[in-house]
Amino acid sequence: MSEVTLPDSLQGLEPVTVVETPARLDYRFTAGQATTRFLTGIAAKRILGERCPTCRKVYVPPRGACPIDGVPTAEQIELAHTGIVTTFCVVNLQFYGQELEVPYVCATVLLDGADIGLFGLVQEIPADEVRMGMRVEAAWVDDADLAPNLTSIRWWRPTGEPDADYETYREHV
Amino acid sequence: MRDVAVVSFAQTVHARRDDDHNEVELLMPVLQEVKAKVGLGRRLHGEEIDFTCSGSTDYLAGSAFSFVVALDGVGAWPPIAESHVEMDAAWALYEAWVKLQTGEADTALVYGYGKSSPGSLRDVLSRQLDPYYVAPLWPDSVALAALQARACLDGKITSPEEMAEVAARSRRDAAGNPHAQLQGSAAPAELLDAPELAPPLRQHDCAPITDGAAAMILAAGDRARDLVDRPAWVRGIDHRIDPHSLGARDLTESPSTRIAGERAGVGDGPVDVAELHAPFTHQEVILRRALGLDGKTAVNPSGGALAANPMMAAGLVRIGEAAQRVIDGGAGRAVAHATSGPCLQQNLVCVLEGEG
Repeated sequence: MSEVTLPDSLQGLEPVTVVETPARLDYRFTAGQATTRFLTGIAAKRILGERCPTCRKVYVPPRGACPIDGVPTAEQIELAHTGIVTTFCVVNLQFYGQELEVPYVCATVLLDGADIGLFGLVQEIPADEVRMGMRVEAAWVDDADLAPNLTSIRWWRPTGEPDADYETYREHV
Repeated sequence: MRDVAVVSFAQTVHARRDDDHNEVELLMPVLQEVKAKVGLGRRLHGEEIDFTCSGSTDYLAGSAFSFVVALDGVGAWPPIAESHVEMDAAWALYEAWVKLQTGEADTALVYGYGKSSPGSLRDVLSRQLDPYYVAPLWPDSVALAALQARACLDGKITSPEEMAEVAARSRRDAAGNPHAQLQGSAAPAELLDAPELAPPLRQHDCAPITDGAAAMILAAGDRARDLVDRPAWVRGIDHRIDPHSLGARDLTESPSTRIAGERAGVGDGPVDVAELHAPFTHQEVILRRALGLDGKTAVNPSGGALAANPMMAAGLVRIGEAAQRVIDGGAGRAVAHATSGPCLQQNLVCVLEGEG
């Protein structure tokens, strides 16, 4: 391995060890048919899933295709705004940009009639009282603030109904 | 070596933008079509296809792990053997071909897709350049191709007139291709009246910006004969790469294409059709020279990338267009080429042949 000989002008200078090269790219994201239908529904305070014609499973939020059968899922299914917490996590870590106060709870909510859970916050209950099987309902923003965006559902809150049996949701955990 | 063939190929009708469909929705009909063409698609994916490989890039989609959602359109349950390359699906084809060579699979599905419309393609492509010295300058892809074109003109490799002829011929031939985005062209002399876009390149010298997808099915030996009457046998396939630094190589030639072509056996027989992945007109000239093609070969009867350039799929489309002509009986022996990186940095060459 040959030695590198620096020219006189570079003798004694500190080596460069870090280079910052800022980069920014802007994208105009295409939601696509399935997401457009779903978000349009959210803006109208409706939760729409899609059913696979082959396996009959209902997916929410829908993506236009069944991941098992690889076929389009055109059939729209209106879902209730209630469901159960299948699993949850208590977040204790305050991270940069986080607007919520810790501890807070995020959960997978299996809506009544759906075959996959969706992600959401759980509020209006102390974090240490949240449990699997707890029945919840959507807490929407005010009607005037509805938008084609999942933030139209602020969070999920307990309904007070009895918890669901583990057997009824064990496949979704 | 196992005999491996292309048995089916399908692609979108390529367009400047598809604002109604996301990448998965764009791709799904193509996946269904490529299977239906050979009587597949009635059973679970893994029961019919032994290996699946795709080509795409997160930088085009603007989201991480974007290719994972595309598997929703495949039906990857029960779990399938699957892989992905963050580049043109021609290289996914190569990986699938290798998989079939190992004997671990007898059939493979290969697909590629890209929507260039969400972002600024020129800027997106700058992210593939040397991150220390080149990318921070944000040189756009057309400007880099223009550097190469300038070198070609100065080196008498080609002329603006020849480049205009490539553009006119390509887009006129594309009139016969129902999947092409640009069809038809003014005469070369009229094209040369247009102002330069990035000198010496004019608009006609550049591929369009495209949203599109393509898919292909490979099969080995008798399985290929079961699926289609006239498989397009892959007689040779090879890919090589030139130095990354644009200043470290002669931009007027393509050694990686030449070597890949030699290794794939391009010169071993007559070439009826050559589909060359040249997003810029001067690059077709470089590639023809590198592959030693003479005037007897029909180049880019599909219109080539100048007629439709779905990023991450255009190379696979070249292989598919060449294969389809063999499958349909229009060609006995065809060559297909795919490129990746700025100024023909990395190149793949494939030789396809029909039996009898």
